[in-house]
Amino acid sequence: MNPPAASPLIELRGLTKTYGVGDAAFQALKGIDLTIQAGEFVAIMGPSGSGKSTLMNVLGCLDTPTAGSYHYQGIAVETLNTNERSLLRRYALGFVFQGFNLLARTSSLDNVELPLLYRGVSRKDRHAQAVAALTSVGLPTKLRSTPAELSGGQQQRVAIARAIVTEPSTLFADEPTGNLDSVTTGDVMELLTRLNLDRGITVLVVTHDDHVATFARRTVLIKDGLIESDVARS
Amino acid sequence: MIWNALAIALREIGRNLTRAFLTVLGIFIGVAAIITMVTLGQGATLAVKAQISNLGNNLLTLRPGAGFGSRTASAGVPHFTEKDATIISEQIAGIAAAAPVRTASLSTIYLQNARLSAITGTTPVYFQINKWNLAEGRFFSEADLRSGAAVCVIGNTVRTELFGSDNPVGVKIRIGKAACEVIGLLVPKGQAGMGDQDDTIIMPLSALQRRLIGKNSSHDINQISISAQDGVDGTALITEITALMRQRRNLQPNQDNNFNIFDTRQIAETLGATTQLMTMLLAAVAGVSLLVGGIGIMNIMLVSVTERTREIGIRLAIGATAREVLLQFLVEAVTLSCVGGLAGILLAFGLCAGLAKIIQVPFNFNLQINVIAFLFSAAVGVLFGYTPARRAARLNPIDALRHE
Repeated sequence: MNPPAASPLIELRGLTKTYGVGDAAFQALKGIDLTIQAGEFVAIMGPSGSGKSTLMNVLGCLDTPTAGSYHYQGIAVETLNTNERSLLRRYALGFVFQGFNLLARTSSLDNVELPLLYRGVSRKDRHAQAVAALTSVGLPTKLRSTPAELSGGQQQRVAIARAIVTEPSTLFADEPTGNLDSVTTGDVMELLTRLNLDRGITVLVVTHDDHVATFARRTVLIKDGLIESDVARS
Repeated sequence: MIWNALAIALREIGRNLTRAFLTVLGIFIGVAAIITMVTLGQGATLAVKAQISNLGNNLLTLRPGAGFGSRTASAGVPHFTEKDATIISEQIAGIAAAAPVRTASLSTIYLQNARLSAITGTTPVYFQINKWNLAEGRFFSEADLRSGAAVCVIGNTVRTELFGSDNPVGVKIRIGKAACEVIGLLVPKGQAGMGDQDDTIIMPLSALQRRLIGKNSSHDINQISISAQDGVDGTALITEITALMRQRRNLQPNQDNNFNIFDTRQIAETLGATTQLMTMLLAAVAGVSLLVGGIGIMNIMLVSVTERTREIGIRLAIGATAREVLLQFLVEAVTLSCVGGLAGILLAFGLCAGLAKIIQVPFNFNLQINVIAFLFSAAVGVLFGYTPARRAARLNPIDALRHE
């Protein structure tokens, strides 16, 4: 999976996504051209129904585009089968969701170990890496807590630990602060910024919150399935 | 990958103990029910067959009257004579022995114990025809028969009621109006489907006729016990005896038989077939309970499908392949089914051993039904546990995550 040196991390050309068929068809993405380089921190913004979440799901290989091309590190993602997309997620991508999506009745440690389990990491290494990830998000004391015993902000930090424990090249965050208050929002966004700066992880955040977008160095605005503006901050 | 899936599956079971318990319970009850019912049913079949074969060796019983069981049918119908028994054993090939039998119901008294007993007057071959064995003492002999000696052999029930656990041999009891010496005690045969065989007193026919009945009909006998030689065709024998008896009783071709022949072999086959039918019926009932258990499992699985679909979405999103997720669910379903199945087999073993003792049938471990019940339960568990998972794993990860 070594990329050709010249390839950008993410390259979209004429990407469309249509839901449904016939009269009921709805075109969520109407032709997106977008290039993202490794190490960027990008906020994807837009009003509800603009297609920003759809764009992120396609970028994260959680959903498949209807037409157009998507290259990740030079790999033509639209040609991959289900299995290969799973492997791409396993080895290169990390996810943080608005609803946290942690396994219920499962300790923080087990939740964070889960992606390592699928990578076939040994039990000892799994434990060490999971503890390290939870420590780096500031939860070294909550290893045994289940999601029900944690606050929203803590759950989201567990989810971030789970996303970064495999050291992905890209971290996708879909409304990561949507369920959090303003104080914890700041904490989570600072955590993402630090991961971006210290570890060089490319971060894509989907949000409708202007405050969240200020943490990013580039803001892509989506409206009605098209890119309306793409602004880099100096 | 298998070990990985096993580890994940076991961890998942541990986290959802209630769900796991309910799943296992359905299988558990179904398996235990089907094995218990089939095993006990087969035990009952065996017990019935054993008791029938206890009745006697290829035993045919000749009785007056048109059909067996109905007393009124024999009213006014002539009884047999001792000569009939002699002629049957002399003239018909393939007969091992024939014994004339006269029965009476008389009060029997020993000290302060009194009861009404069934008395059988017959010849010594009767013991061999009816497969009686001695526990104590001796049978009566041809000499006793000739002299009309007042001796008798008693069954275990009579012994218990009159003597308790004392040895009755050599003791005199009163039967009807005569005293009679007990010379032998029979080995018990146990309760048959046809009453207590051990409630019997057997004595020489001549003694019964002369000492106890002593009326003008005293030379009549009311049945003839016949045993066929091994390997002789029972149906042909019955035809021959029927022809002989019609001739001896002067029946015209347009008259119906005024006697009947009761063939224990036939009865054994009929009863065996009936109990087998009952076993199959019970197995069908048990099969339904297994199916109901399976539907219970399906319900549990469907109720949790929302949570499980989201779980599958999470696993897919963090990089599990659909195959790995399915393997995990398969292992989970198989594990639960096997645990339930094995527990069911254990419970069934205990139930069979206990119940077989209570209802007095032999307990034979039936490997076949255990294997069938186990495989069926595993199939049900896997089918119902795996199918919803397969549907979920086919979804796009994002659709699985959004499942409500």
